[in-house]
Amino acid sequence: MHGGRSSLAGTLLLRGLAVLVLVLFLGLPLLAVLAEALRRGAGPALAALADPDALASIRLTLLVAAITVPVNTVGGLAAAWCITRFRFPGRALLLALIELPFSVSPVISGLVWVLLFGSAGWFGPWLEERGLQIVFALPGLVLATLFVTFPFVARTLIPLMQEQGATAEEAAATLGASGWQSFFRVTLPQIRWALLSGVLLCNARAMGEFGAVSVVSGHIRGETNTMPLHIEILYNEYQFVGAFAVAALLALLALVTLAAKMVLERRGGGA
Amino acid sequence: MMAACSTAFTSRAADAMAAPPSAALRTRPGSLASRRGPLPGFGLSLGVALFWLSALVLIPLGALLLRPWELGVSGLWRSLSEPRVLAALRLSFLGALTASAVTLPFGLLLAWVLVRDRFPGRRLLDAMVDLPFALPTAVAGLALTALYAPNGWLGAPLAALGVKVAYTPLGVILAMAFVGLPFIVRTVEPVLRDLPREAEEAAATLGASRPQILWRVVLPALAPALLAGFAMASARAIGEYGSVIFIAGNMPMVSEIAPLVIVTRLEQFDYAGAAAVGLAMLALSFLLLLALNLATRFWRPV
Amino acid sequence: MPRLLVPRRSVLTAPLALPFLGTAAGAQPRSVQLLNVSYDPTREFYRDFNAAFTTRWKERSGETLRANVSHGGSGRQARSVIDGLPADVVTLALAYDIDAIAERGLIAPDWQSRLPANSAPYTSTIVFLVRKGNPKNIRDWGDLIRPGVGVITPNPKTSGGARWNYLAGWAWALRQPGGDEKAAEAFLMALFRNVPVLDTGARGSTTSFVQRGQGDVLLAWENEAHLAFAEFGAGQFDIVYPSLSILAEPPVALVDRNVDRRGTRAVAEAYLRALYEPDAQALAARHFYRPRDAAALAAAGSRFPALEMVTIDDAAFGGWKQAQARHFDDGGVFDRLYQPGR
Repeated sequence: MHGGRSSLAGTLLLRGLAVLVLVLFLGLPLLAVLAEALRRGAGPALAALADPDALASIRLTLLVAAITVPVNTVGGLAAAWCITRFRFPGRALLLALIELPFSVSPVISGLVWVLLFGSAGWFGPWLEERGLQIVFALPGLVLATLFVTFPFVARTLIPLMQEQGATAEEAAATLGASGWQSFFRVTLPQIRWALLSGVLLCNARAMGEFGAVSVVSGHIRGETNTMPLHIEILYNEYQFVGAFAVAALLALLALVTLAAKMVLERRGGGA
Repeated sequence: MMAACSTAFTSRAADAMAAPPSAALRTRPGSLASRRGPLPGFGLSLGVALFWLSALVLIPLGALLLRPWELGVSGLWRSLSEPRVLAALRLSFLGALTASAVTLPFGLLLAWVLVRDRFPGRRLLDAMVDLPFALPTAVAGLALTALYAPNGWLGAPLAALGVKVAYTPLGVILAMAFVGLPFIVRTVEPVLRDLPREAEEAAATLGASRPQILWRVVLPALAPALLAGFAMASARAIGEYGSVIFIAGNMPMVSEIAPLVIVTRLEQFDYAGAAAVGLAMLALSFLLLLALNLATRFWRPV
Repeated sequence: MPRLLVPRRSVLTAPLALPFLGTAAGAQPRSVQLLNVSYDPTREFYRDFNAAFTTRWKERSGETLRANVSHGGSGRQARSVIDGLPADVVTLALAYDIDAIAERGLIAPDWQSRLPANSAPYTSTIVFLVRKGNPKNIRDWGDLIRPGVGVITPNPKTSGGARWNYLAGWAWALRQPGGDEKAAEAFLMALFRNVPVLDTGARGSTTSFVQRGQGDVLLAWENEAHLAFAEFGAGQFDIVYPSLSILAEPPVALVDRNVDRRGTRAVAEAYLRALYEPDAQALAARHFYRPRDAAALAAAGSRFPALEMVTIDDAAFGGWKQAQARHFDDGGVFDRLYQPGR
C-alpha cells in the first residue's frame, strides 16, 4: 500500500474496526443462538431435533426450497437471457419489475396469495368448488417463498451477462451451433459460478423466510409448519432450548450455503 | 482477483439499477444491440420470463393494488390518515433511512477492508457479511432481542450507561441496520475493486493527504454505489418484519412498524385496510427508490 | 453444469397445482383426520386431550384418529379459518372470533347454544403475576397506575387475552367510587402509560416478563400465570388475585361447512362433547383451566380461589359485539388511549 508508519497504523485501525463491527454486530447474534441451543448440553438440543414435528418441519422446509429454487432459477435464466441478449421495448421496465419483490414487505408477500386464493379471494370460490387447497397448504408456502426469493438468480446473472456480452454465443451460432447447444456449451460454463452463487442465496433465503410463510401457513403442527415457524412455536411453548436448537440447525444450513458459496467464488476466481 | 460473480448478487445488479440499464448496454461495445441478431431464443426466453413474472409477481400484486379501492377514495384516505397508521409509516420509513444512513460508513469501512486489506481470516470475514441474508429473520429477531434486552449480553452494559435499546425505536433501527448492512457492503465492494488506483497514486504524488484523497478522489467515485446500496438497504428495512417485531416493543405511536399495522388489521378481518397500508408502503418505497435513482443519475452524468 | 440443471427440470413440471392431500374425504373409513384450530395458551391442554380422545375414539369406532392442532393468536386463527384453513373445530379465546367466522357462513349462527355452558367447556380469568415477594406491593387494579410500576400486557388489538385484561380493568374502574366511563377511560390510559412493551400475543408478553425481565406485573390468563409459575420455577414469581376480575369463557364450535365437506361431523361433534366429560374436565383443571363440572372444580381444591368476576354480558359491556366495536375496532376507545397530545 502507501507505505509509511502512519498509513500502516491506519490500516491496522481500519482492520480492527472492521473485525469489531463484524464480530459484535453480525457474529454475536449467531453466537447467542448457539449458546442458547447448547445451554443444557448437546443432548436436549439433539432431542429437540429428533422430535417428529421438528423432523416434519425440516422435511417441509427442504421440500419448499427444492421446488422454489429450480423455478426461480429457470425463470431467472430466461429473464437474464432475454434482457442481456436482446433489445426490445419495455426492457428497462422488465428489469425494474424483477427487482420489485425486494422492496415488498414479507407480510405483503404472504398477504397477496391470501387475497388471490383465500376463500374470499379472486379464485377462492372456484378452488373451493373443486376441493383444491392453495393457501394453508404446501402450494401456498411455495408461492409465498417464490415471491420472496424471486429476484435472487436474475439479479446475480443480469449484470454479469451484460458485461460478458454475446460475442461468444454469436461466434458459436456462426459456427452452426443450435440455440440449446450454444446455451449449454457456451453460456452456461461462462456464468456457472454466478448462477450457483445466486442459487445458493436464493436457497438460504427460501429456507429462512418467516413473515411471508407465516401468513399463508395455517400453523398446523407437523403439517404446514416450516422450520422458522416451528421455531416460533417452540419458543411460544417456552421450549427455548428446542427453539434455538432448530434455529441453530437452520443457521447451520445457511452457513453451509455461505461456505459453499465462498468455495465456489474461490474456484470461480480462476474461471 | 476474486470472482466477479461472487459479489455480483447485490453489487452489480445495484450498479445496473443505478445506471439505466439501456444506457449501460449502449456503452458496452461488445454487446449485441440488435433484436434480429443471430442469437435464437428471444421468443422462448421472453415468454418464460413474462409468464414467471406475471404469475408470481404481477397478478398477486395486482390483487393487492385493487383491494383497498373497495373502501372508496375517501375511505382509503381515512384508513391511511389514522394517527397510528401515520406514526407506523413514519417509523418504518424514517427508521429505515436512519438505519441505512448509520450503516453506510460501516458498510464502506467493511468494503474497504475486504477489498484493500490482506490478512489471514479475511475470507471468513467476507463470508460473515452475508450472515443477515442467511440467518432466518425470526431467528435474527430472537437473537437480537436476547442480546440487547436489558438483561442481555450487550443490553446489560448499555443499560448501565443509561441506553435502552430493546423495546424502543432504537431497537427497531438496530434490527433494520442488521438486515441492511450486507446490501451496502455488497454494492460498494465491486465498484471499489474496479476503481483504478492510478488516480489515488497521482493524488498522493501531488502531495494530497490520505483524508484528502479519500474525500476528493475515492468518495466521489464510490458515491453512486453508496447511494444504490443505501437505497437497497432502506427498501429492505422498510418492509422487514421478522427480525424487527421481537425487539420493537410494538407501542402504538412509538415503536409500532407499518408491517405490524398490516398484521393487526388482518386480525380484525379488515382486509381492505390491511391492503391499504400495503399499498401505501409500496407507493412510498417506489417513490424513495425513484428519488434515489434520480439522485444517482445526477451524480454520474453519463 | 448442464448436469446440474437438467434433472432439476423434471421437478418443475407441476409445482403449482399440488392439491392438498388431506382434503380427499372419506376414502378410507379406518382412519380420519381432525383439525382443531386453537389459540396460544391451550397447547399443553389439547396435547393431552388429543392423546386421550384418540385412544377413546379408536375404542369406540375402530377408526384411527389423527388430531392435528394449529395454535396462534385467536384473531389470526379466526382469520385463517375464514380464509380457508380447513378447521373441523375451532377452540378460540373469545366468542367474538367465532362470531366472525359464523358471519361468513362457515358456522351456524346459533353455535353458542349448541353446546352446554355457552359453548365454553372451561373458563379462566385474569390475574396478576408479580416478581417474588411482590416488591412493588401490587394488590389490585388501582396499584397498576402508580408511577414506576411497569405493566406487561399484550396488545388488545391482536390478542384475545389482552382484550379480557383490558375489559377486566375497565369493569374494576367503573365500580370505584365515582367511577363512570370517563374515569374508566382515564384509568386505562394511565395503565397503558405504564406498559413498556406491547407484544402481539399472550405468550410474547409472558416471555418479555419472565425471560427479558421487563415490567413488575404481568396481566395474564390464570392458566398462563400458573403455567409460567410451573415452567420457570415457583421461586421467582407470585400470583396475585385482584378484588375483581372477569369471567373469561373461551368457547368451542364445530365448523359446519368444513365438517360437512370433509365428512367429519360425527367425530368432530364427539370431540367437542368429550370436552365436557369428567376426565376432560379434570384434565382442564390440571392445566389450570377452571372446569365447568362441579365435581372437577371441587377436586381441584384451593387451586382456583373464588373471586368476584363480571361477565362479558354485563351491562357495562353488552356482549362481545358491542364491546369489540366500542373499545377495540379502529377509532375505538383503545385507539384513543394512544392518541397523540393526550
